[in-house]
Amino acid sequence: MANDKIRNFCIIAHIDHGKSTLADRILEKTQTVAIRDMEEQLLDNMDIERERGITIKARAVKLLYKAQDGIEYTFNLIDTPGHVDFNYEVSRSLAACEGAILVVDASQGIEAQTLANTYLAIEHDLEVVPVVNKIDLPSADPERVCNEVENIIGIPAMDAPRISAKMGINIEEVLEKIVKEVPPPVGDETAPLKALIFDSYYDSYKGVIIYVRVKEGTVKTGDRIRLMATGAEFTVVEAGCMDATNHINKNILEAGEVGYIAASIKNIADTQVGDTVTSCENPCDEPLPGYRKVNPMVFSGIYPADGSKYVDLREALEKLRLNDASLSFEPETSIALGFGFRCGFLGLLHMEIIQERLEREYNLDLITTAPSVIFKINLTSGETVYIDNPTNYPDVSLIQSAEEPMVKAEILAPSEFVGNIMELCQNRRGVFKTMDYLDDTRVNIHYELPLNEIVYDFFDALKSRTRGYASFDYELIGYAPSKLVKLDILLNGDAVDALSFIVHSENAYARARKMVEKLKENIPRQMFEIPVQAAIGGKIIARETIKAMRKDVLAKCYGGDITRKKKLLEKQKEGKKRMRQLGTVEVPQEAFMSVLKLDE
Amino acid sequence: MKNRKKTGLYIHVPFCVRKCPYCDFYSVASSKEKLYEQYADAVIRNIKRYVRENPEIFFETVYFGGGTPSLLPVYLYEKIMSEISLYTDFERSEITIELNPGTSDEDKLRKLRSIGINRLSVGIQSAKDNELKYLGRIHDFTQAKNIINDAYSAGFENISADLMIGVREQTMESLMFSIDRLTELPLKHISAYMLKIEEGTEYFKNGMSELVPDEDLVADMYLALVEKLKEKGYFQYEISNFSRKGYESRHNLRYWHCESYIGIGPSAHSYFNNKRYEVLGNLSEFILSDCQKEIINDENPDDFFEIAMLQLRLTEGLDTKLYPRYSEKIIKRATKLEKAKLISVSDGVISMTPEGFLISNSVITELLADF
Repeated sequence: MANDKIRNFCIIAHIDHGKSTLADRILEKTQTVAIRDMEEQLLDNMDIERERGITIKARAVKLLYKAQDGIEYTFNLIDTPGHVDFNYEVSRSLAACEGAILVVDASQGIEAQTLANTYLAIEHDLEVVPVVNKIDLPSADPERVCNEVENIIGIPAMDAPRISAKMGINIEEVLEKIVKEVPPPVGDETAPLKALIFDSYYDSYKGVIIYVRVKEGTVKTGDRIRLMATGAEFTVVEAGCMDATNHINKNILEAGEVGYIAASIKNIADTQVGDTVTSCENPCDEPLPGYRKVNPMVFSGIYPADGSKYVDLREALEKLRLNDASLSFEPETSIALGFGFRCGFLGLLHMEIIQERLEREYNLDLITTAPSVIFKINLTSGETVYIDNPTNYPDVSLIQSAEEPMVKAEILAPSEFVGNIMELCQNRRGVFKTMDYLDDTRVNIHYELPLNEIVYDFFDALKSRTRGYASFDYELIGYAPSKLVKLDILLNGDAVDALSFIVHSENAYARARKMVEKLKENIPRQMFEIPVQAAIGGKIIARETIKAMRKDVLAKCYGGDITRKKKLLEKQKEGKKRMRQLGTVEVPQEAFMSVLKLDE
Repeated sequence: MKNRKKTGLYIHVPFCVRKCPYCDFYSVASSKEKLYEQYADAVIRNIKRYVRENPEIFFETVYFGGGTPSLLPVYLYEKIMSEISLYTDFERSEITIELNPGTSDEDKLRKLRSIGINRLSVGIQSAKDNELKYLGRIHDFTQAKNIINDAYSAGFENISADLMIGVREQTMESLMFSIDRLTELPLKHISAYMLKIEEGTEYFKNGMSELVPDEDLVADMYLALVEKLKEKGYFQYEISNFSRKGYESRHNLRYWHCESYIGIGPSAHSYFNNKRYEVLGNLSEFILSDCQKEIINDENPDDFFEIAMLQLRLTEGLDTKLYPRYSEKIIKRATKLEKAKLISVSDGVISMTPEGFLISNSVITELLADF
């Protein structure tokens, strides 16, 4: 195949700027999908993705486009997740392309993820093709937005196509830009095989399917291949390309092409995104650069609300991991919650998505513990331990010093909200770095924040303080010394392990107050008075009391209607089963959830 | 007598002058004599059927409940009473009629007494007229007081009155006032119900739950009431029922003791031949059919949970010694509740304290959690 007829590109954008809609229009225009099969946002095929308007997993599709020069080009469109949690996946998707279409909303302008994703694209040496979308909106100001792109990002944008993906306006212009501005791939199909894995998923018939960009060489059906990071070897069963709905086996993929390989791979853990595929007989010297193992940053305990569903939960997690290698989990036991799993996530959104998928796709009722980051604890013994579960926090007397992970955060917002944002960041122990004016009305604020302060509810708090106008992105920058304490919650005098958390000592009192208040609100009155206390190392720092229930009685006798009474009591018995019995206290699921959202 | 099958008879009289805003019992507002007659005929048809099918039956208790049974003219009661006369004993059986003070006079009371009815349950509810107004009652306290005195002189020796706790504008003082006034009357029995705002009632629709005394006050009122009635010689024998010694309602005790009763009339409930069932709550259906339409609620009642939950409503309590399969587990759970003074345990018998009765649903579900 002549490489100069191939264009490999992706679309990058801030959330809701219209990336998926543009992808749909491109599929339509290139007749990849018959109009009648067109379902909105075809590339996003998980329910949650569609509802939340985000793309979780990258996907790729091959398109044929007959350009104005009369030549038919092969487009490989690689979809990318837009959210910061999936940064690494974005970067692997970018590495499979030569160009990126940057979609910017004509009324919103540049947002935090626009910047983050564009910088990533530039780092990967991609040709960035700006496109201004949503020109049909009354508030659209494409001129201003093009100026912003030139001034803030520094790429020429005056001739950027002004389009409306929703209305199908000027899509043609985007396609022509791709032909003219995105460079064709280079690569020698006779060289030793070197292909980048940018995505994978589990197919119950064919095993793991890997999506690759062949950089050098050729791969054919029957070839023995090796995945360089894991060393695993397989025989290729299928090699081909993807249209919007099917895989088409061509038995061969050559340098410059984007496609899939099926090789009866049983274990998704063997196929790490970013890894290099090479040939066993004629291996390349070194793998493609940039592979790193993705490490979870946020941890939380997930327990079935009904203890007997433990096995179902394990099976569900195993199935999810087949499609999502970045999800990690291992069994843990809580005195309060019984058997469950300690799960690691790339970030908060990732955590929410996994929880939602477990509940929705696997019909599980879950109790989740407060998310925790990985704290680094230097012990007096000279040893260093990493703690992702408050339960394992060492005794104070054994701790020499503690460190917590820090992030560099970038917040873009209208300048009127600067005060609110700074107040929020200061409250979250942020350290102000710089502030740039993007234009007369918008600023880009840089802060360094402890990751632990943003894993709870930072984004919600930010949105509520900026009427939803602020956008936010962060990246991990390493550990910093910190004064940490472990806060325990006691119900009726007994510590509840599932409610313990690690917090900076300055925030301990405020957090403790809020926790006990929330628990008081969410634990129903019971037969006895219940003290709710927060303690640090045995010292009580906050207390509330749940008063004893006074009245819970069926006083009247409905002309001998015993069955109604019986049913009401049986229902009440059932209700008790859904509560967690912690010592003498019954705690409903909502109480565990309520302490996860303390900011109101 | 020895070989007869003892049971109770409940007859639901589904007529009211108007519906009380807190009431969710089945009734229709009607004063058409023709309808009353048709209704009484249907009651008799159904009694005939039961006695035909169970010739050995004997009604130890008969209870005319409502609705407002006192709305029905006396000659219809004569017909019904003569129908059951072979199957009950007007002297020894307890034969009760519910009475609304706004719908009777001394003459009617004498007649009712003369045809064999020997117990009255009078819906007084309160001695405060402002509270009666909020309850939508059609009488004031003076009327209620006079009816009771009239009934007593008409030969009703066994009279019960209803009292309501948790009425709008009710205070601890006004409740104590009501108890004082009631206990001055010749009453043998008092039922004191805590107002519960049931879904579907006028109270529910009007958001009355915001306007009535709160949970804590109602609880305090209940405890004070139990204490005060005891001082006045009315002993608690069930969550909501108090009486002079020996004047417990035998009909209600049948419910709590898991004993049988036949219910006749729309929405009446039965526990008979080992099944619990209810009559369809539809007056015209009841009048038009030969045989009332009975819907089975429970094919297998009378399990341990049912027996225990009913027994625990009574001050006599649950004798766990009778249920060796469960006793050990229950007694173990009882310890914690006893410490909290919600129940007392003596010789394997668990009985609730007034504090326990107040939260009896929780106490019962705790004690009987997995039974």
